[in-house]
Amino acid sequence: MINEGVDKSKRQFLTSALTVVGAVGTGYLAVPFLSQMQPSVKAMAAGAPVTVDISKMETGQLLRVEWRGKPVWILNRTPEVLETLKSLDSQLRDPKSEESSQPEASKNPGRSIKPEVFVAVGLCTHLGCSPTFRPEIAPHDLGENWKGGFFCPCHGSWFDLAGRVYQGVPAPTNLEIPPYRYINDTQIIVGEAPEEKGA
Amino acid sequence: MKIGRFAQTGNWILARFPLAKVWEEHMTHYYAPKNFNIWYFFGSLALLVLVNQFVTGILLTMNYKPDAKLAFDSVEYIMRDVHWGWLIRYMHSTGASAFFIVVYLHMFRGVMYGSFKKPRELIWIFGMLIFVCLMAEAFMGYLLPWGQMSYWGAQVIISLFSAIPVIGEDLSLWVRGDYVVSDATLNRFFAFHVISVPLVLVMLVFMHIVALHEVGSNNPDGIEIKKYKDENGIPLDGIPFHPYYTVKDIVGVAVFLLFFATVIFYMPEMGGYFLEHANFIPADPMKTPEHIAPVWYFTPFYAILRAIPDKFAGVIGMGGAIVVLFLLPWLDRNPVKSIRYRSGFYKKALLLFVISFFCLGYLGTQPATPTATLFARIFTVIYFGFFLLMPLYTRWEKTKPVPQRVTEEHGFDEQLPALLEEITELKPASSLEIGDPAFRSSFFNRRPNPDGIVKAITRLAKNLKESLD
Repeated sequence: MINEGVDKSKRQFLTSALTVVGAVGTGYLAVPFLSQMQPSVKAMAAGAPVTVDISKMETGQLLRVEWRGKPVWILNRTPEVLETLKSLDSQLRDPKSEESSQPEASKNPGRSIKPEVFVAVGLCTHLGCSPTFRPEIAPHDLGENWKGGFFCPCHGSWFDLAGRVYQGVPAPTNLEIPPYRYINDTQIIVGEAPEEKGA
Repeated sequence: MKIGRFAQTGNWILARFPLAKVWEEHMTHYYAPKNFNIWYFFGSLALLVLVNQFVTGILLTMNYKPDAKLAFDSVEYIMRDVHWGWLIRYMHSTGASAFFIVVYLHMFRGVMYGSFKKPRELIWIFGMLIFVCLMAEAFMGYLLPWGQMSYWGAQVIISLFSAIPVIGEDLSLWVRGDYVVSDATLNRFFAFHVISVPLVLVMLVFMHIVALHEVGSNNPDGIEIKKYKDENGIPLDGIPFHPYYTVKDIVGVAVFLLFFATVIFYMPEMGGYFLEHANFIPADPMKTPEHIAPVWYFTPFYAILRAIPDKFAGVIGMGGAIVVLFLLPWLDRNPVKSIRYRSGFYKKALLLFVISFFCLGYLGTQPATPTATLFARIFTVIYFGFFLLMPLYTRWEKTKPVPQRVTEEHGFDEQLPALLEEITELKPASSLEIGDPAFRSSFFNRRPNPDGIVKAITRLAKNLKESLD
């Protein structure tokens, strides 16, 4: 092959142009390939709200319902529990829920719309295990400082009965509160925010 | 002369495909050092286990159903109703653990004899990529039976991604394909486990071997056999891989299969270490098992994750424990390869590292009590200390003179008769024994000799101490 007198800059230009066009094409193709791994339309639709009847709940009882495949807890808190919650602030990491995830209506000390009815997503904010419900005070395995709450068996995180995380445990934030609203006094819809009344 | 039909076909192929050339280059004319010891079995054994995983894995897919509703039952169906299904599944599940045992030993061999050092850095990098692929493969495979431990193990590990700032939440959502571990997750993990990762794995193994055959194997003396060649250009300390090492490896395979079969037939769950008890309960997204732990081969890294009290830092620590292994060829600055000629300090450091690796592995299987966490923190510091302080302590090491040619090792089998002689003594049979009908005079009456045992143990301890200096 004779290479003398050949203008190599044109070849170089064509090579570069082809590389750029090829890279752009690959980039475009990567979008559908990668986004097919996103939750499908069906999976997103399965996040439909769940209606829960709380009329038959006794005080101190915990109800578990499934919403978006996650466990959601509905706890009917006793007056004693509500009293205890007020005294815990100094031991908690985020007592005012500044860095935690909850709808505006639940951003209060008890983290609920009505003080006695507590609703939360039952997954630890550390690595997603479902904590156990331990309402008893100072049980043998958890020690004297246990005032009743949720204990994560996976990595030992402590939460109080408002889902607020204690200091010195692996979980970084309080338990997530899902959006929910009351239809009437005995029925809750989990998955719908209160603002959307009549929707 | 008439050529037979068989030879004719052979020649026809050889004229079109370099079969004989490849065979010669990589088997009959590939010269490996003649002083390989027991540590050099694990490479070929890893290949054997890989083949085992491929064959049994393909057979399992014929009856397994990657569907959240059907998966658990289809595994039980394989175990109970498919002919020999239990054997195939146990070969696959035991094979996974065997793979890690073999690979960990193979890696330790590399560290011990400096096989990662110049010019073999790329072999080590490819090997580490194989190790990472294996971990991905094992993790995704463990989700497939859709038991409680599958489910919550996957939930925890995928949540690790969410610790990454900014993109973490979206990334873990993308990996799961749903808001929680679900059918979508199971289905894609199946696809990765049976297609993508195995393909990558095979390519990496190929590159690992190509890179190895380019520079040649290291050996227990850590010297280059290519330095001294005979007039034909063949290394004086080398022997052809085939038939010498193929035959030797067959012995290794036989011994390995003995252990492998024992586990498959008598202890396939290995007391909950190979198959965890909680995994015999179908996955329940509403309830986490009381105690969750990964399978044993992940526990050292899991213990590091738990030892660090911050979510993101924990993930970094766990990832760092693997990343630091990639950097090994550049962390160890000592030109001497083999542990045989390294300083006592390095030997002790390596010993300490091995101990902390085992202890982390044990702690990872246990619940995280405050004492356990404290120990896990100490061992985590040792783990990282061993690697990160390497550039300092390997430079000032006082090494021993390295020989020019490979040395001969006297195996334990050669020392055994003399050792037996030493720790026992010959006693004349008592009159009572002679009178016994079971007594036959052709039997030597050997008894343990306390003095001899003490002497042998003292010598052993002295040798051990000397070898650490």
